[in-house]
Amino acid sequence: MKASRTGPAVIVLLGALYFVLPLVATFEFSLSMLRSIWSFEAYRVVFADPQFRTTFSFSVIAALATIVLGALLVVPTAYWVRLRFAKLRPLVEFITLLPLVIPPIVLVFGYIRLYNSSSWLPFTNSAGGTNLLLVFGYVVLSLPYMFRAVDTGMAAIDIRTLTEAAESLGAKRSTILFRVILPNVRAAVLSGAFLTFAIVIGEFVLASLLNRPAFGPYLALIGANRAYEPAALAMIAFAITWACMGLLQVFASGPPGRPRSGRSLFKLARRAAR
Amino acid sequence: MSFLEIRGVSKSFGQNTVVSDFSLDVAKGEFVSFLGPSGCGKTTMLRMIAGFETPSAGRIVIDGEDVTALAPNRRRIGMVFQAYALFPNLSVADNVAFGLKVAGRSKPQISARVEEMLTLIGLPHLGDRYPYQLSGGQQQRVALARALAPSPRVLLLDEPLSALDAKIRLSLREEIRALQRELGITTIFVTHDQEEALSMSDRIVVMSEGRIEQCDAPFAIYNRPRSRFVAGFVGTLSRVEGIVAPDRSVTVEGCPIILAEPPRAAAGTPLTLALRPEAMRLEPSADRINRLVAIVEDAHFLGSVVRLKLNVAGGTVLADTFNRPTTPPPARGAWVDLHFSPADVFALEADEATSSKTAEPA
Amino acid sequence: MGAAIDAGTAGAAHNDTDAAPSRRPARSFAWLGLAPFFGFAILFLIGPTLYLVAGAFQDRNGAFTFDNILGLFTPQIMAAYAISIQVSLASAALGALIGFFLAHAIVHGRLPAWIRPTVVTFSGVASNFAGIPLAFAFLATLGRLGLVTLFLKEAAGVNIYALGFNLLSFWGLTITYLYFQIPLMVLIVTPALDGLKGEWREAASVLGATRWQYWRMVALPVLAPSILGCFLLLFANSFGAIATAYALTGSSLNIVPILLYAQIRGDVLYNPNLGYALAFGMIVITGCSNLLYLWLRSRAERWQR
Repeated sequence: MKASRTGPAVIVLLGALYFVLPLVATFEFSLSMLRSIWSFEAYRVVFADPQFRTTFSFSVIAALATIVLGALLVVPTAYWVRLRFAKLRPLVEFITLLPLVIPPIVLVFGYIRLYNSSSWLPFTNSAGGTNLLLVFGYVVLSLPYMFRAVDTGMAAIDIRTLTEAAESLGAKRSTILFRVILPNVRAAVLSGAFLTFAIVIGEFVLASLLNRPAFGPYLALIGANRAYEPAALAMIAFAITWACMGLLQVFASGPPGRPRSGRSLFKLARRAAR
Repeated sequence: MSFLEIRGVSKSFGQNTVVSDFSLDVAKGEFVSFLGPSGCGKTTMLRMIAGFETPSAGRIVIDGEDVTALAPNRRRIGMVFQAYALFPNLSVADNVAFGLKVAGRSKPQISARVEEMLTLIGLPHLGDRYPYQLSGGQQQRVALARALAPSPRVLLLDEPLSALDAKIRLSLREEIRALQRELGITTIFVTHDQEEALSMSDRIVVMSEGRIEQCDAPFAIYNRPRSRFVAGFVGTLSRVEGIVAPDRSVTVEGCPIILAEPPRAAAGTPLTLALRPEAMRLEPSADRINRLVAIVEDAHFLGSVVRLKLNVAGGTVLADTFNRPTTPPPARGAWVDLHFSPADVFALEADEATSSKTAEPA
Repeated sequence: MGAAIDAGTAGAAHNDTDAAPSRRPARSFAWLGLAPFFGFAILFLIGPTLYLVAGAFQDRNGAFTFDNILGLFTPQIMAAYAISIQVSLASAALGALIGFFLAHAIVHGRLPAWIRPTVVTFSGVASNFAGIPLAFAFLATLGRLGLVTLFLKEAAGVNIYALGFNLLSFWGLTITYLYFQIPLMVLIVTPALDGLKGEWREAASVLGATRWQYWRMVALPVLAPSILGCFLLLFANSFGAIATAYALTGSSLNIVPILLYAQIRGDVLYNPNLGYALAFGMIVITGCSNLLYLWLRSRAERWQR
């Protein structure tokens, strides 16, 4: 029964090496733009690049739009399913898990074919329309995480009683939703939001094939043409992801009764930009 | 020489001493219980016999073989766990066969033995079921069969009945004891339930804080407890306060109480007396020369037994009397006389009267 | 997919209230509450997918045909599927193996208490480090001018590129994919390892089993559904991934998603409907993997009662 501890220690050490080395290497590379000295020159170049700013802000806005739209879509749905349509739950859950099965490239291919200029909903005819389509696509990508977070958050509060209490006080259903339920699942929505943000910021396939000036294609472009800036960009991307995950943890473990939304989101949380 | 010898075994985890100076001789075929409250070290001692913990000091010898440093899988003992611990991926038959398969027995030998064991525990047709399809009681019986199949030298049971309902507990208790007698296997049984220990064991080892308080047959443990702890832990005790009188009797509320063993304390010192509920009677008799006056606080009619909760000199005394069709139980608030013999009362040292068990009905 | 079924929310047994006449208005309003979701799902998830699936079986004129599917069986496309499957199998198998040993090390390795939460948290974040930044990171590590490459050349005199290694290749991509495959395995297997009750080990030991016998006869069979299931998850994960491959190997390694990307961009296959077939093939493969994963998960959960 006295298994030695050296085996496990070696494994963890090797694992740590494998996972930390690329981070160290990237950071070192990003500092090496100027010969023989370490500097933040690569970062300076990146931040000074107007394209960086436009694409990054485009993606940030897209992410925010995705979060808002996603929340508006998911919260009522989770609410109704819990409250009145429990029989539909398996179907709804299946739908929310489909985005994890269907590769995003297949999805965007479908969009291009279905919503091009000759279709009845010609999204791709205009920049605005394509942007909308892009956001819809992002909402689909974030659907599993958003739904899971909100659903878990709702499981922790007794929405049936809250609803009945509000109804007895004369509130309409929409009022109930926005002024009673939503505030109580705010933390859950926020944890879903951070994951969504991390997904959208670096997303490549949708943005690239829909030809939108997002951060993902910008990263690909820089990677193809420059040597040191990609490393700096990678560090920035890592920092953002870390920040999102960290904030997710904060909100997931915050209020009592919602200890699991963070954990289970972590488990889902690798399907982001593959 | 006894079959299982435990000599001066101690176990400490860092600064924390969990078992100290434990010595015990168990004869072949004997059923010994380790009884005590949680944290008293009984499970740790059992696990040391099994080999999951190594003693910090001392020796364990089974059938002449010093097993103190031997790995658990070489000791040839059987163990039954509180949580059954059946392997979920194996059927009942495969579970029971496990020890035999590991030992390399032949297929026909294994299936014959498995059938034998399943019949022994009364579940001959459940061989193909899986643990999750069985009830708690059935799972524990399978666990027993699994432990016994490889014919171990010693059987260890770690609170095997604690996770079961009361009714199953009772029936399984009897089954285990019957099985053990039939097979004549040396058994150590860990429990915190005194009724289990009293009803099943040849001897009970009462433990507290890592030490053996008393090791005796159940009758002796109950009737001749050798320490305050044992007296308080096993059975129910009522306590009354008194003062030692010059003639070596103890005065309780003005009534002189005569003890079979005169108290050692000097006259005038306060003394706590312990009384067993079943020794109290409401009627006098030749040998029940002691008498206490009490007010009835409550009378519980339990059918064959009438349990009275009485107030004596400010303290609570329990009295269990048998039901008499001609005599209804006394009413609340009534004054009664309690009669008991000197053999039914003993003294507790004053400073250790605050023992774990208080005189409350079970 | 399947990790999401964690909370085991099965469809509840209670039915939704059959509307009494007086409540009909409320009920139709409630349906309205679900309409946006279903509408959105149909328009932007199910619809496009089905459109592609239908298109896979149609020729240019819309008539039903198997030609597109058959058209997949050309050397170029079959090679793409082969490479995709190989990369996915390799990264899934290695990810599962290494991830398992890592998870076992932190759960049963009796290491200092802070190691497990650190590894688990890092796994949660690392599994999100996929995509283009990951490719950049590995270029900086194992590329021709990467830190490790240069270190090995200067400190150990070993030129891995001279020895035939190339990051922009099958093995380079696999090693890069492991960066998010291993953490995923760790995240999924760690709870499964927790589920291995200590008493099983002890019971097996008392019955005479050695460590290896215990693992072979009890622990691995119990863990098998989780391990296999996670392997399938990793496989599907890797199969559908494109961003990392695009940034790393570009079109030098023609995996199916890259081929599809090129087809969408510029019809490199000179047959638009083949794109549908490619996509259909992808859906079939990832769909089957995930279905198998779900089935294995339900088997694993059966034993945890």
